Amino acid sequence: MDFDLSKAQKLLQQSARDFFARECKPERVRALMATDTAFDAELWQAMADQGFTGLIIPEEYGGLGLSLVDLIAVAEEMGRACLPGPFLSTLWAASLIQHAGNEGQRKQYLEPISAGELKATVALLEESADWNPDAVELRAEKDGKEYRLRGAKHFVTDAGIADLIIVVARGDEGLVLLPVEKGATGLTITATPGIDATRKLCTVEFDNVAVPEANALAFTTKTKAALESATDIANVALCAEMLGGMQWTLETTVEYAKTRQQFGKPIGIYQAVQHQCADMFNLTESARSAVYNAAWAVSENEPTAKLAVSVAKGFCSDAAREVGNRGVQIHGGIGFTWEHNIQLYYKRAKSSEIQFGDANYHREEIARRVIDETD
Amino acid sequence: MDLNLTSEQQQFRDELRAWLAANVPPPFAGSTNEEEKGEHFEYLRRWQRKVFDAGWAGISWPKEYGGRGAALIEQAILTEEWARAEAPQLINQLGLSLIGPTIIAVGTAEQKARFLPRILSCEEVWCQGFSEPNSGSDVASLATKATLDDDHFIVNGQKIWTSLAHVADWCLLLVRTDPNVPKHKGITALLVDMHSPGVDVRPLKQMNGDASFNEVFFDNVRVPVANVLGEINKGWSTAITTLMNERAHLGTGIYVAFKRNLDQLIAHARQMKRNGKPTAQDPVMRQKLAQAFMELEIFRLTNTRALSKMNNQHVPGPEGSILKIQWSEYNQRFQQIAMETLGPVAQLHGFDNGKWIYDFLRTRANTIEAGTSEIQRNIVAERVLGLPKSYQS
Ligand SMILES: Cc1cc2nc3c(=O)[nH]c(=O)nc-3n(C[C@H](O)[C@H](O)[C@H](O)COP(=O)(O)OP(=O)(O)OC[C@H]3O[C@@H](n4cnc5c(N)ncnc54)[C@H](O)[C@@H]3O)c2cc1C
Repeated sequence: MDFDLSKAQKLLQQSARDFFARECKPERVRALMATDTAFDAELWQAMADQGFTGLIIPEEYGGLGLSLVDLIAVAEEMGRACLPGPFLSTLWAASLIQHAGNEGQRKQYLEPISAGELKATVALLEESADWNPDAVELRAEKDGKEYRLRGAKHFVTDAGIADLIIVVARGDEGLVLLPVEKGATGLTITATPGIDATRKLCTVEFDNVAVPEANALAFTTKTKAALESATDIANVALCAEMLGGMQWTLETTVEYAKTRQQFGKPIGIYQAVQHQCADMFNLTESARSAVYNAAWAVSENEPTAKLAVSVAKGFCSDAAREVGNRGVQIHGGIGFTWEHNIQLYYKRAKSSEIQFGDANYHREEIARRVIDETD
Repeated sequence: MDLNLTSEQQQFRDELRAWLAANVPPPFAGSTNEEEKGEHFEYLRRWQRKVFDAGWAGISWPKEYGGRGAALIEQAILTEEWARAEAPQLINQLGLSLIGPTIIAVGTAEQKARFLPRILSCEEVWCQGFSEPNSGSDVASLATKATLDDDHFIVNGQKIWTSLAHVADWCLLLVRTDPNVPKHKGITALLVDMHSPGVDVRPLKQMNGDASFNEVFFDNVRVPVANVLGEINKGWSTAITTLMNERAHLGTGIYVAFKRNLDQLIAHARQMKRNGKPTAQDPVMRQKLAQAFMELEIFRLTNTRALSKMNNQHVPGPEGSILKIQWSEYNQRFQQIAMETLGPVAQLHGFDNGKWIYDFLRTRANTIEAGTSEIQRNIVAERVLGLPKSYQS
């Protein structure tokens, strides 16, 4: 047993850290935040050249065929850099295609995703804003050999830049996963700007959008399971990003506490400041334990995987916000400014908290597994 | 990263699981509150003897002293199996997790042979005499003094808050042997026979009514020089070894007890009613119980991570320093959740033998004993995060 990243994983992580330090400096993050899509084609291509867009996509589809544990080593660095753009959305969609698609669909979509030529996202949430797939109501009406989509999806990340949207809809046979390509007739995408400008949210409306039946990703009862598995993967990656954000906030705050002087001394000499830093460290390391465990459990298909994911996301959701709270406090006035980068991480922590269910949502998931299921 | 067990570790686990299945005694029938008293103490002592005879006590200790020379990971496996089997904890905790490891680290060959096997078998119970009325967090300021008289030290002074002193056979005692040097440089660690003439133990009653800690007075107590643990006047470094173990190792045994409490509470929540429905179906209580599960799980994982790091790199990683804060503060939150889950009956001495109020009150001490939460945070801030020292220790 070895409860730590391996040597190779640490090397991968270091190279990702160097890459983002070079390619994704705060000035670039801010410039991208000010755009409509937070997408930078050059940066995306550079990431693809590193293999980041296909980290866990099998080699036969042009990916690196690595495990989720390898991926979180990189995702943590994306969080540290506050990387804008559709990485997480594309990972979610790719995992869904990998789990639910047939051979032809995998080839069709995963190869260009690996190569950095295709960005994708998943449209799941509706007005109810419920992460449980059972809540999906958007109708997929059968019309001959086609599905017709009518209705709307909300909180769809990066839809404005996605070449492909996998729509989770409800057909007569249950949940269906329908790939809709950019520019499809009847498709309207409207930006809904939110707290975190590094990952853009959109409302996607479908006015009788046609999707050939043969294009649907999966027809069987396995649809929901595939969706859940893909979401687990994206969720663990998100937790790792959150961990990277916490680590950045911790390091930046401790550094500030060592240099900022008041009353003739560095503020880090005062216990009121020290203890908050210690708490930030505790929260960050606790999150690390949970994230590593969840990544391992999901990649090994452990029976406890779903519980491990909920423990990780439930914990990270509260912890990332709290680390941010303490970080802003210790920075004093400068921490409340637009100018200081801590605000970028603070906002991202908030949107990440909500994505894939907050702590309340995952505590209920835990309760269902731990309290309701008696052995 | 690989959380799978190797085939050897699996074999170890299976063997242990089979042994536990065959040997865990039925739960103690009476009150389990005061574990170091009367029949409950004897029950636990018999259990430890059985565990020792089968070779499951102190498995990470060297073979020649009754251990198995096992890796720390096996210690973690043992903890989880112990919890899974709902086996009672081992009673000689201070000997097992603090004093034994210190003797292994700095003791002489004679001391190891003399003391270690008897710690494992629970033939000799140990206590830790560090704190004094005027030296708590600043334990290095201690005043109990020892003067050399030929091949003996003569000890005079007072210790306080000494857990288990009333049943202990031996004590790891910190004394001042040189008052004329800076405080850390004049301390010696002694292994003291609690049955020696001049040792006077007076129980102190705690807020939960129990008396598991004591004042201990030393009046011209003679301790052979051969019982110095480590070197004369280098007792602070011996004490640090103990305190590091205290912070790192207690975690393992503690998970067993905590998991059991949580399972018991969930079982109660399924039975009890709130607003006409099982408490376990109450949405607010579900949130709180799930939060407790989450935090305890993270403590288990962080503890395993710390053990794994020590196992592979032989130095404790930074995770170790937060374990004490995690378990003590978790337990306080958990006991409050237990009170809320159980409702008004929780406050009664007649409910579950008064276990829940006893534990609720007992957790107040968790953030004081074994280094207060404030001291733990000072340590994290200064030693792990490298912030400037807020005071001269
Ligand atoms: C149930 C229980 C069992 C115990 N068992 C044993 C035992 O077996 N053997 C033994 O030797 N001791 C034992 N102790 C004693 C324990 O180690 C001490 O109580 C502890 O170290 C605190 O010392 P104190 O009580 O003198 O409090 P103080 O040190 O006086 O602390 C009082 C308050 O001041 C704070 N404080 C002190 N110094 C600082 C600082 N530098 N920075 C910030 N805050 C500070 C503390 O955190 C605390 O909140 C036990 C205690 C309890 C409650």
